[in-house]
Amino acid sequence: MAIEGVDMVKAAAFLGAGLAMGLGAIGPGVGEGMAAAKACEAIGRNPKEAGLLTRTMLVGQAVSESTGIYSLVVALLLLFVV
Amino acid sequence: MQFDLDVWMKLGAYAGGGLAIGFGAIGAAIGEGYTASQANAAISRNPSLSGDILKTMLVGQAIAESASIFALVVALMLLFTNFGGTSFISVWALFSAGICVGLGAIGSGVGAGFPAGAACLGTSRQPAMGKRLTTNMLIGSAVCQTPSIFALVVSFILIYVDASTKPLWPTWAAVVGAGLATGLGAIGAGLGSGLVAGASCEGIARQPKSSTIVTNSMLLAQAISQTPAIYGLLIGFVLIFKSHPASDAIAPAMALLSAGVCMGFGGIGPSLGIGTAGQSAVKWIARNSENAGVITRNMLVGMAVSESTGIYAMVISLILVFVM
Repeated sequence: MAIEGVDMVKAAAFLGAGLAMGLGAIGPGVGEGMAAAKACEAIGRNPKEAGLLTRTMLVGQAVSESTGIYSLVVALLLLFVV
Repeated sequence: MQFDLDVWMKLGAYAGGGLAIGFGAIGAAIGEGYTASQANAAISRNPSLSGDILKTMLVGQAIAESASIFALVVALMLLFTNFGGTSFISVWALFSAGICVGLGAIGSGVGAGFPAGAACLGTSRQPAMGKRLTTNMLIGSAVCQTPSIFALVVSFILIYVDASTKPLWPTWAAVVGAGLATGLGAIGAGLGSGLVAGASCEGIARQPKSSTIVTNSMLLAQAISQTPAIYGLLIGFVLIFKSHPASDAIAPAMALLSAGVCMGFGGIGPSLGIGTAGQSAVKWIARNSENAGVITRNMLVGMAVSESTGIYAMVISLILVFVM
């Protein structure tokens, strides 16, 4: 089979997109889980403040999510734009 | 230097068999070692119960072992079966079957060690709850094994489904991707479910009164922790059973391989994170069972956010398979 430059570039973009989203999903998943774990612990200790604690957890998780969204954006750019 | 297909089949099967038991031996050994260390701690705390604790340790270790026995079975099959394949796809399928079951056994082996260790410590702390602890440990570790069973199923399919009528390019990449998606995707789920099950055994020993709600919460958290492994299984099935149009180019093959890598790695983080959240939630439901409702609600909200990156990975994998 003949290997062409355009084909190679496309193949690399596909592999890059998979690696970007695959590896990029690890960190946010673990980090958000840690935030949720501590929030559950805090509610267990002080159930009256459950609303405040859930809100704080969600804000923290949203920030932790950002790198996952960067990975998603880069993966979509590699698939559809580059 | 030219080899014929039979030689390549042997190369694929032997390399796959070696990797299967090589990877597959990691998890169970760590999990069983952890169980033994906890059993020693338990016996030093309460030497008069050494018989019961030893029994619990052995039962727990036997379950942790099953993941690596799956890997051993597949490795022996790959070494001693005479595969008469007619296509190079089968070479890659045998190799991928080995990687799949090997990687899939890591998480379940380590994970099943946590409930077994916690049950040993719990037996020394609350001897009266010994039976209840063993039951809870058995349920928890059985759920930990499901990701490795997914990997076993996919590796059997890879070994026995005949793909020789399909085009070599890009089907070889699809079978490798299927093995990676299911195998890598199972690592986090096994570990995460194990963390939850360990916390529930500890919780029952500390607070025998809340044992029912602790077991129920454990099953809920474990089920959610398994979802990324189920995404991996789904992508694996799609890659194996979808018919991929023949192509001379490299790009379509790399898209299928990349779909498997993406879902495989992408499943590790979310299921581990969900497991961590479930571990803490179950621990605090045991200590503070009057507020179980509000803790469970917070756990579910937190888990849903943690799940999101796994869903992104599945979306990118499905785009790579169906759109590219």
